[in-house]
Amino acid sequence: MEFILLIKGLIILTIFALSLGIAAYETYFERVIAAYIQDRVGPDRAGPFGILQPLADAGKLFFKEDFIPTLADKGLFIIGPGIAMLTALMSSAVIPFGDTLLIKGQYIPVQGMDVNIGILWVFGIVSLGVYGILIGGWASNNKYSLYGAIRAASQNISYELAMGITLLSVIVVTGSLSIRTIVGLQHGIDWNIFYQPVGFLIFVTCSLAECNRTPFDLPESENELVAGYHTEYGSMKLGLYLFSEYVNMFISSAIIASLFLGAYNYPGMDFVHSFLTGKLGESFGHNLATVLGILVYILKIFFFIFVFMWVRWTLPRFKYDQLMNMAWKWMMPLSIVNLIIVAAAELSPYPLLFNYIGLAIFAFLYFGSRTVYNNKKSKL
Amino acid sequence: MHFLEIIKNLSLVQWAFYFLSILTLYGALGTILSKNPIHSVIYLVVTFFSISGIYIMLNAQFLAAVNVIVYAGAIMVLFLFVLMFLNLKEESTEMKTSPMLIAAVSTGLLLGLILIATIRKAEITRVNYNDFDPNTGLIETLGMVLYKNYMLPFELVSVLFLVAMSGAILLGKREKGESHF
Repeated sequence: MEFILLIKGLIILTIFALSLGIAAYETYFERVIAAYIQDRVGPDRAGPFGILQPLADAGKLFFKEDFIPTLADKGLFIIGPGIAMLTALMSSAVIPFGDTLLIKGQYIPVQGMDVNIGILWVFGIVSLGVYGILIGGWASNNKYSLYGAIRAASQNISYELAMGITLLSVIVVTGSLSIRTIVGLQHGIDWNIFYQPVGFLIFVTCSLAECNRTPFDLPESENELVAGYHTEYGSMKLGLYLFSEYVNMFISSAIIASLFLGAYNYPGMDFVHSFLTGKLGESFGHNLATVLGILVYILKIFFFIFVFMWVRWTLPRFKYDQLMNMAWKWMMPLSIVNLIIVAAAELSPYPLLFNYIGLAIFAFLYFGSRTVYNNKKSKL
Repeated sequence: MHFLEIIKNLSLVQWAFYFLSILTLYGALGTILSKNPIHSVIYLVVTFFSISGIYIMLNAQFLAAVNVIVYAGAIMVLFLFVLMFLNLKEESTEMKTSPMLIAAVSTGLLLGLILIATIRKAEITRVNYNDFDPNTGLIETLGMVLYKNYMLPFELVSVLFLVAMSGAILLGKREKGESHF
């Protein structure tokens, strides 16, 4: 018992360090990718290829003056960035980073905790995450900060709806709220993305909005609001806000990869598992196969982080009314249609086939009625 | 000394329970005692969050998650949202008059007295440890109960929500000729 607790503690510590480390290096990769896309050199001074840049940035932020405006609400001004960071880190607890480790004849899952409401936990923590921005923006006692905070809150609430309904269509297919079970059902290459491509696209778009990333970074749009909710912040408080965005990005990528791309599942994993256990013995082979799974998962996460950055440096920012119209008039109806199609397909004998038939019927009806409508309008 | 003995012998679960209870009460007191409405809302979020912790201790995980998502995550964000738009600089003075204060305090005490008296008299059925089903609070059991035993009330509640939503939209709709602001 003691031994399992020790291993479990080690796993939790590793996941915590991993999410912080990956988030730190996301800042570096963001700058490298931005430089590549804009045909620049990018950071190359701190260490070889600028690999020590995150450390230099953190050092700089720590030594800057920690300034609090006179008319700010002091307590809330201080805890704002703390809440943002805390809520960003809390959701990594339920993400299954790998299959089980076999140590001394016991299978120990590579996961902080496996609760049977895993995905709801993530959702709850994400909905709490907006408090950090809201509190910080209000406590700054600055009009632009307040506008940024309110934009962030309304944007998060609007996109949470479409995200929740898409999540529901995943749950309809898997019949469980535990992320480990959802991942387990996507064994091999039986990934959810093939069952619901529309849901996947909606989910990725909503994650972009939930992380306040471009093209949805209205809360900090610098041409309208100076710097949005963190206008008054400096030093490591600002650092925590910026850093929490990167942690959120890592967590969102992990969630997308586990809900739609099967997390640590990859084609041919059974063969690899039996081959390794046959060659290297039951215990060591199993552990090695698990480590391979973890590497596959991290590769998928990196792919999505890359997509997030790619989108940021490719697409321009939306206008605010466009953002709201998209959330309420496009994403939400589309996700409800997707849910109905997925639910109907799930009742049929061939879910995969009927899903695509349903989507095709919907596309036919939508575009057909639009052409008919347009023809009528042009005749009049 | 006796008090210290009790504290020493508390089990881990009791420690967690007392911690969460104190946090809940702290949040609740902060909600009604703080002068700034924004602070009140944030204290209330603390209360909801710690109540969710107590739900988890009772093995009602789904209820805990829904409490966080709906109350702490959605409703309180909307509260904050509205409060931030309003400019509540001047304090309300209606509670400063003494008759009002006396009436409020006596009503509150009476309510508390009634509650305590009822709870003392109530017959609470204790859980039998031998045949207790550990899956009681989990979502599968809850779903079975909701959709099998209480199907009609559940659906009626959803109709009620639909009506409330349509009503809110109707009230919020701008009438013809009304000024845009």
